[in-house]
Amino acid sequence: MTRLDELFNFSQTALKVHAYRQQLIASNIANADTPGYKARDIDFAAVLKDVQAAQTKPQLQPASGQDATLFGTELLYRSVVQRSVDGNSVDLDIERSQFAENAVRYEAQLTFVSSQIKAMLAAIQG
Amino acid sequence: MSLFSILDVAGSALTAQSQRLNTTASNLANADSATSSTGQPYRAKQVVFSAQPLPNGEAVGVRVTDVVQDNSPPRRVHDPRHPLADEQGYVTMPNVNVVEEMVNMISASRSYQTNAELMNTAKTLLLKTLQIGQ
Repeated sequence: MTRLDELFNFSQTALKVHAYRQQLIASNIANADTPGYKARDIDFAAVLKDVQAAQTKPQLQPASGQDATLFGTELLYRSVVQRSVDGNSVDLDIERSQFAENAVRYEAQLTFVSSQIKAMLAAIQG
Repeated sequence: MSLFSILDVAGSALTAQSQRLNTTASNLANADSATSSTGQPYRAKQVVFSAQPLPNGEAVGVRVTDVVQDNSPPRRVHDPRHPLADEQGYVTMPNVNVVEEMVNMISASRSYQTNAELMNTAKTLLLKTLQIGQ
C-alpha cells in the first residue's frame, strides 16, 4: 500500500460505511407500512472500527473480500418508542432525522476527501 | 454500490404506495356501487405489503404480495324506491368505509412523498460523490 493509498483509506472506509447505513435507513423508511417489519441500524463507530481492524490485520479478512466484513456486520434493531398493533417498529420521525443526519455526514466526508486531494496536489505541484 | 440500492429501495416503495393509492381510489369510486358485473355489491379491497430483500446486500425493499377483499358485512340501507331494494325495502351497499379510505389515502400519499424525497437525497449524494477532488 502506498502512502497516498493509506491517506485516502480512512475516508474511503468512512464513506462506505455511511453509504451502507444510508441504505439501511432507506430500507426502514420504505417499509414504514409493512406489517411485522423491524427497523434496523448499525452502530457506526463500532462498524468503522471493525472494518479498519480487518484492514490493518489481513488475517482477519474473510476470503470474500473487503465488502464482506462491512456487510457481514451485525445489524441492530432500533428500540421501540411506541408499539404498533401490526408489529412494525419503524418510527418515521426517527428514521427521517437519521437519514438527513447521515446524508450530511456523508457530504462532510466528501468535502474532507476533496480537501485532502487538494492538499496532496498542492504538495506535489508546489 | 450502497447508494444506488437506495434508488431501488425507494423505487419499490413508490410502486407499492401507488398501488395502495390505486386501491383506495377504486374503493372510494365504488363506495356506492350497489351492483357490479357479478351482480353482487362491490367489496372493498386492501393491499398486503411485505418486505422484499433486494438481490444485492442488506437493502430491503417493499412489495405488494396480495390484494385481499374486505370480508366485513355489507352496509344495508333502507331505500324502498331503489330498483335493487329487497322485499323489506333494504338495499345492500358496498362495505367501503369512506373515512377509513380517506385516512388510508393520506397515509399512502405521505409515504409516497417521503420515498420520493429519499430518492432525491440519494441522487444529490451520488452527484456530489462524482465531484470528489474537483
